[in-house]
Amino acid sequence: MNAVRQNRLNTFAAHGALVVYVLIALFPVFVIVINSFKDRRSIFREPLALPNSESFSLIGYETVLKQGDFFLYFQNSMIVTVGSLFFILIFGAMAAFALAEYRFKGNTLMGLYLALGIMIPIRIGTVAILEMMVQTGLVNTLWALILVYTAQGLPLAVFILSEFMRQVSDDLKNAGRIDGLSEYRIFFRLVLPLVRPAMATVAVFNMIPIWNDLWFPLILAPAEEVKTLTLGSQVFIGQFVTDWNAVLSALSLAILPVMALYVIFSRQLIRGITSGAVK
Amino acid sequence: MTALTLTDICKSFGSAEVLKDINLTVEDGEFVVFVGPSGCGKSTLLRVIAGLEDATSGTVNIGGDVVNNTPPAKRGIAMVFQSYALYPHLSVRDNMALGLRQEKQPKAVIEERVSKAIQMLDLNAYVDRRPSDLSGGQRQRVAIGRAIVREPKLFLFDEPLSNLDAALRMNTRIEIAELHRTLSASMIYVTHDQTEAMTLADKIVVLRDGQVEQVGSPMDLYNNPCNRFVAGFLGSPAMNFLKKAPVDIPQGGTLGIRPEHLRLQKGGRIKGTVTHVERLGGDTNLLISTEQDEAITVRIFGQNATAVRDVVELDFDSHLAFQFDGDDQRIAV
Repeated sequence: MNAVRQNRLNTFAAHGALVVYVLIALFPVFVIVINSFKDRRSIFREPLALPNSESFSLIGYETVLKQGDFFLYFQNSMIVTVGSLFFILIFGAMAAFALAEYRFKGNTLMGLYLALGIMIPIRIGTVAILEMMVQTGLVNTLWALILVYTAQGLPLAVFILSEFMRQVSDDLKNAGRIDGLSEYRIFFRLVLPLVRPAMATVAVFNMIPIWNDLWFPLILAPAEEVKTLTLGSQVFIGQFVTDWNAVLSALSLAILPVMALYVIFSRQLIRGITSGAVK
Repeated sequence: MTALTLTDICKSFGSAEVLKDINLTVEDGEFVVFVGPSGCGKSTLLRVIAGLEDATSGTVNIGGDVVNNTPPAKRGIAMVFQSYALYPHLSVRDNMALGLRQEKQPKAVIEERVSKAIQMLDLNAYVDRRPSDLSGGQRQRVAIGRAIVREPKLFLFDEPLSNLDAALRMNTRIEIAELHRTLSASMIYVTHDQTEAMTLADKIVVLRDGQVEQVGSPMDLYNNPCNRFVAGFLGSPAMNFLKKAPVDIPQGGTLGIRPEHLRLQKGGRIKGTVTHVERLGGDTNLLISTEQDEAITVRIFGQNATAVRDVVELDFDSHLAFQFDGDDQRIAV
């Protein structure tokens, strides 16, 4: 950065604001994680205290691992999240390529129609979706969730990706055409690698809401063998008694895979966000 | 044999007509340059020839075959783009070989042609590098190499030098001219730079607003422009146009004199005041405001002591001046 423009006070204020924001954002997570390592009494007596030799307890984790098929829930969540992301990215990118690259009648209209999904929350259609799933026999399958999340993620994916695909040089695509590459190879080999940062952005934006969602698993796939992690954690929350140790431990464990996926995507993500900002 | 024949080519995007009734032939081994101001349709015309755009009407005939419905890869053409358009994930060698691999050429043929092109373009040291590790000039050479290896019936260049700096532009220009001599291939070259057009072309096609204004050899167009647009577009500095001329011209017409045909001369027919002097060492450009308040440029060979605000008198040989009528068409004198 230019030394003349660098104002100490401004830098300080900016960093201060960011630090405060980080603290606020991380605080609930921090509380969940420290309390998951405490026994029940200490959780309620001093919720903000760190676990010490007296209050330290792994009882929550033991309950979680013993009770219910926690690994199965884990696996279900993973399948649903990764499956949905895969379909969102592949179909979103293909639709975005068509909208960005080809001139056809109704191109703009089609783009607007797809963007409509950004403004209308998919949960409004829950009843209709449930009826459809019942009729197609998809209730209580992971496919029900994957399909719904794919539909939910596509509008934003198409919108973001088509914007990025317009920036890919026309000359490059034309060079591929002159060299005899098929449209599919141009798409997969030339265009997709160049919009990788945008793909990572879309993946992260979609991943977290899907992983955390309780609504659709509860309605479309509540059966034991297809429960997701978020839904599975609810068994510890009862109407009269709640096993807080277990709930907090389950939530702490649920953070890990999302964090792992985020680390994988994050380098690309930051590039995606900033390149969109300066261009 | 003709390398390319265009018959009545029209192209419109929606209601905007970009190309209007283009008729043109390119002979075998000819270097043809499309030149015109930006937005005149020259790049679109090139893309129609390449098959990247479909003509709205008219036929494109390459090497004796009508190719209107042939995909770009099967037209026997190769194209060099302004932005190089190299494949970022492939090495220099693979960039060149990709087109041949797509054609399913035998390995030995690919190897031989690529090596030959690498030799010809002096790219030996870079064969395994990625495009991102090359300079602009090297990238453009790789792009040219990618075109050469396909041994096309017709080379298409889309402003290949626009992204290079001035010194490199001249070197690459000479390389392209040499390439044309060695390969004796038919080439079409699009540019907005009249210097490139004048120095490279066997035949220049001047385009304006989607129409062909004039076709001819560089010296033809310089010596005999058919209208004021062509006269003003070719030659640098551009031709001077005088409404209030010291000789008889038709009502509403103009007199055109090239800067290099004007000379300082006591008692000359044009009087004016020098408003700016550009000293280039080899020659000197004087910008002069005439008594009739018209701006003219004079190009004097060698160095000259004339200073700003000097009052000068100029003259010219009448047979070197052009006359244009009210519709900017040339009048034979």
